Amino acid sequence: MTLELTAQDRSMLDGEQGPSVAAAMKILVAFSNAIGARGLLDIAGAHIDGCLYHGKAGLDFVERLVEGGGRVQVPTTLNVGSFDLIHPGMVKMPVAEEVPARRLMKAHLELGCQATFTCAPYQTRFRPGFGEQIAWGESNAIVFANSVIGARTNRYGDFIDLCCAMTGRAPAWGLHLSENRRGRILFELDVPDGEQSDSLFVGVGLFIGQVSGDRIPVIAGLPQPRDEDQLKALGAAAATTGAVALFHAVGITPEARTLDEAFQGHAPDETIRITRADIDHALARLSGVPDGAPLAAVSLGTPHFSHEEWMRLLPLLREVAPGRRIPIYVNTGRATLTQLQEEGALTGMEAFGLIPVADTCTYVTSILERLDGVVMTNSGKWAHYAPGNIGVSVAFAEMRDCIRSAAVGHVVRSAS
Amino acid sequence: MTRPVERTGTFQLAGEAKGQALVFSQPLSFWGGIDAETGDITDHSHPGLGQNVAGTILVMPSGRGSSSSSSVLAEAIRRGTAPAGILLERPDPILAVGAIVAEFLYEIRMPLVVCDIAGIASGDRIAIGVGEDGGAVIRKG
Repeated sequence: MTLELTAQDRSMLDGEQGPSVAAAMKILVAFSNAIGARGLLDIAGAHIDGCLYHGKAGLDFVERLVEGGGRVQVPTTLNVGSFDLIHPGMVKMPVAEEVPARRLMKAHLELGCQATFTCAPYQTRFRPGFGEQIAWGESNAIVFANSVIGARTNRYGDFIDLCCAMTGRAPAWGLHLSENRRGRILFELDVPDGEQSDSLFVGVGLFIGQVSGDRIPVIAGLPQPRDEDQLKALGAAAATTGAVALFHAVGITPEARTLDEAFQGHAPDETIRITRADIDHALARLSGVPDGAPLAAVSLGTPHFSHEEWMRLLPLLREVAPGRRIPIYVNTGRATLTQLQEEGALTGMEAFGLIPVADTCTYVTSILERLDGVVMTNSGKWAHYAPGNIGVSVAFAEMRDCIRSAAVGHVVRSAS
Repeated sequence: MTRPVERTGTFQLAGEAKGQALVFSQPLSFWGGIDAETGDITDHSHPGLGQNVAGTILVMPSGRGSSSSSSVLAEAIRRGTAPAGILLERPDPILAVGAIVAEFLYEIRMPLVVCDIAGIASGDRIAIGVGEDGGAVIRKG
């Protein structure tokens, strides 16, 4: 099986479009050969998960592309970096790490990437359309684009997402191709009618992520979500406990109007029932502390809080009016933050402990003032990664319980 | 039954290398599993915990986990803490990218080979070479 290149691909490979494009195409060709792709296809956009500093090799790579005079060929958004550039001083880091980490964010801008610095590029004006071919990195963004929007991307990451952006091309394999998008494993959700809590969607995501492996899951019986944020939370959880890049929810997501469509006319390889007990079990694993434990902080917005989520949070803050100055961090995209500021929506909210965080996320860098207490979150993804990343104890709960707990100073959770 | 001393394979990244085999039946994720500063295996759920991959011929069925493994492998190759070569039973695009980028940036070729890994035990002397047809040739002993 050999890779067929177009004349345009060869021109890039041969250096006719500059050394940076040639380097990107060389790596893309080697990658395509490694996975057995037969050709490349055009992409309409890219999302780069390359702005978190993991070591010199990552920065060296981007610098080489900058030195070669390279520019991205398609609209390209950037995932979070190690800094909140909107709120200087929020992130605490030794200078030796800070210099290369800041340079990494800036070098991507010099390649023509957009300064979005968000893990939710689907909330920006660069949101792709149904059926569009894209090359995205970041697991929650990938699963959202494929599942909720019906755009088409594989799980791209380190280096390759940028090589796709620099050439406007991606290998024609995997989820770019219709036949590979069919469901393989059926989950039948068995919960009481009318239940639609945020944690239900998180729990379903955690469960299907654990069980699916590399098979595409189809969920039947999922309640109609209140908004796409519930599907965002489901996908992010599934991509946390597993490698889910695409899920179908029958009657909800665009490639699964019917069960038959989700499976493209085939039978499922396996059928699994999800009970309330399965969901409770998956959620219980996210909370290492009992109710009543003293609370150090609340962290919301992983993935980044949407404008709709803010519109639910702000009235809740006014209603519960937490007055203990326990920080309530909310990670969000800078475009969303700008919109809120223009609307005047955040005025006076700091009195309740609200601390908006842009461009980064509280679990990838040093933002939290105190790491010795319990942090509450409504994010399955944050609850899963934060203990390992930043060494905190976590209690998972609905957003309302997080805010109520901030008001009383310890963990309180309603019976769900 | 005697095993052949020589076997062929497919390169994901071509090159030559020699070293002692470090064999795992369970895939190891470079991200969260290996410390790029030292080459130490740090994954507490992996049987290789505490061993070191630097300069070995790492042998395992496949790669595993996050695409960030590409960066960790490239960084380990840059620092000289990576394996001298890797043999896999199944191709792994994430490790391939790490090896390809390291070659591009630092001109260090860490061969990545897909081949039959049966009959290779930890401690075996392994040599990876390039055959006449450009394919991988793996010699044991």
